[in-house]
Amino acid sequence: MLSINNLHASVDGKEILKGISLTVNPGEIHAIMGPNGSGKSTLAQVLAGHPAYHVTDGQVLFEGRDLLDMEPEERAQAGFFLAFQYPVELPGVTNAYFLRAAYNEIRKSRGEEELDSMDFLDLLEEKLKLVEWGPEIMQRAVNAGFSGGEKKRNEILQLAVLEPRLAVLDETDSGLDIDALRTVAAGVNKLRRPDNAFIVITHYQRLLNYIVPDRVHVLSDGKVVMSGGKELALELEAKGYEWVDAQAEALAQ
Amino acid sequence: MSSTVESLVNKAYKYGFVTDIEADVAPKGLNEDIIRLISAKKQEPEWLLEWRLKAFRGWQKMTEPHWANVKYEPIDYQAIRYYAAPKTAAPLGSLDEVDPKLLETYEKLGIPLREQKLLAGVAVDAIFDSVSVGTTYKKKLAEQGIIFCSFGEAVREHPELVRKYLGSVVPASDNFFAALNSAVFSDGSFVFVPKGVRCPLELSTYFRINASGTGQFERTLIIAEEGAYVSYLEGCTAPKRDENQLHAAVVELVALEGATIKYSTVQNWYAGDERGVGGVYNFVTKRGKCAGANSKISWTQVETGSAITWKYPSVILQGDNSVGEFYSVAVVNGKQQADTGTKMIHLGKNTRSTIVSKGISAGEGQGSYRGLVRILPRADHARNYTQCDSMLVGNRCGAHTFPYIDVQNSTASMEHEASTSKIGEDQIFYLKQRGLNTENAISMIVNGFCKEVFKELPMEFAVEAQKLLAVSLEGSVG
Repeated sequence: MLSINNLHASVDGKEILKGISLTVNPGEIHAIMGPNGSGKSTLAQVLAGHPAYHVTDGQVLFEGRDLLDMEPEERAQAGFFLAFQYPVELPGVTNAYFLRAAYNEIRKSRGEEELDSMDFLDLLEEKLKLVEWGPEIMQRAVNAGFSGGEKKRNEILQLAVLEPRLAVLDETDSGLDIDALRTVAAGVNKLRRPDNAFIVITHYQRLLNYIVPDRVHVLSDGKVVMSGGKELALELEAKGYEWVDAQAEALAQ
Repeated sequence: MSSTVESLVNKAYKYGFVTDIEADVAPKGLNEDIIRLISAKKQEPEWLLEWRLKAFRGWQKMTEPHWANVKYEPIDYQAIRYYAAPKTAAPLGSLDEVDPKLLETYEKLGIPLREQKLLAGVAVDAIFDSVSVGTTYKKKLAEQGIIFCSFGEAVREHPELVRKYLGSVVPASDNFFAALNSAVFSDGSFVFVPKGVRCPLELSTYFRINASGTGQFERTLIIAEEGAYVSYLEGCTAPKRDENQLHAAVVELVALEGATIKYSTVQNWYAGDERGVGGVYNFVTKRGKCAGANSKISWTQVETGSAITWKYPSVILQGDNSVGEFYSVAVVNGKQQADTGTKMIHLGKNTRSTIVSKGISAGEGQGSYRGLVRILPRADHARNYTQCDSMLVGNRCGAHTFPYIDVQNSTASMEHEASTSKIGEDQIFYLKQRGLNTENAISMIVNGFCKEVFKELPMEFAVEAQKLLAVSLEGSVG
């Protein structure tokens, strides 16, 4: 589904990603861990096509298409979704209006008919249950005045509505209390299907108790320095990121 | 980023065409003879000619105001034609008698003068080069005693009403442009809603400048008697021209006791080419008087056009408990300049005013909000709420705010909120990540920003305004 090969990227002339390779297959959940500044969020932004990041080398294939050659909205329409670490606020734009517009843009790009507001409301009802929200949230402006936890939950709601093939969750767990974390994780688990995949970016192992990954990758200084099964996350939690750095140094030598 | 911006910003003005109709034009320049000519052409009574001449003499002693935050080449008032009328047989009783070329022009403009509008339940008084050519639904309105006609017709048919109210809100000596308008006004709309009547239709007018070098001096007068209600819509587009075109309209609203007047404008005059050449100068005086107690006047405007806008729809809150409102969206893009806002003059007790101004500056546009809230000594417990938000799109534009507050009564309560924001690359990226293209993303963000104003517009107009805003800002961010 996703194949990243030797990806290099920089921001403001500074190289952040220094040759990342990663393959994600349908039905899989991959976790990407690593200390602050290791390039986790940069990877997410580069995959989504943020204009501030420049790819200097490497390829990314998404469902057989050259992802890096696509506009951000084309990537979204092709089924790539990023749950933002810092979701933006859109004053005056209701959640309902925004979500329906996004949903219909994606349908249109696939040559499907747009959903009218009544049909969309029916669809929403289902999806709201997933994040344990009532319908009143839909009349609030997108993320405006939302708490940190509400913003993250709203990202999961969008994920549920848009049903992407591949979703990258960028530190969705940061700033969440344990109850919110459980709700978010339960939502993701319910959305898991054999034909979709997730990349969960997190600083802590905690989230991975609820969203169990098939593969864990550890990033350090813009490179994948370790990959393993779900037990790698536990080992990392026990030994700390200094252990990773030591391993990485040993590897480099 | 900027390639999309450039291509979209440079999109040609959609309504830039000129209809070839032989105009009945006055020679260029302004003097008492020209004013006599205008008055004679319109077969006006002697008192109105005298009124015009008095205004003209006053105007000659005045100087053009330059306090607004706009820059333009000096206007040569002697190089302007002050009268032009399309040569059609008058008077016209039905649309069938209207010059088909005129109707074709309306079609091109997308002005649904005929069935569409009738089905929508809107009466249209269309103005083409200063003379009214068609009025619909008049009979239905007349059954309730409502008068909705051209200003010229009102002068002929209802001289006592015109004489009573003309200049009662905006005196001929009010300001330079109002004085000029009073001297040479060509035509416009007249609305009278009698006591206790609620006007069943949204009344609407479309304006359009045509003949080359013709100034456009509209005069609108709306009177709502005791307990009456009327909602009036004004919208306009103008064809492409190389010379700057001066538009100095005057709109007067009078609300008697318990009356409500809602006046909505969507303004889309030609803004000039990419260098700013050829756009309309829109120097307008709009003012309403809440003459009676418990009356209400509400202005809603969406300003996207014109090279230069100088416009302050105001309310004089004379009656006790009267309410004044001003909701505005003003967009400047390209080389446009706008200095717009409102004046709320509180005279009566318990008077309330609300000002919500949304300024959007894009391209190299310069937008200014200028507002005055004055609480006079007798206005006990007057209240004002002002919210003034600016949004910047790109980094070559400017947003300015000039709020003036003059409180002469210690029981007044004033609230003022202001904000300036920049449309963020992160906001656009977020929406793109959800599948929207850049244009739709900007449109969504800007429409969200303007929501408080759009909800004040009649539904039909609100949809039009949203589209207009999207078109006005196309490609302004990349």
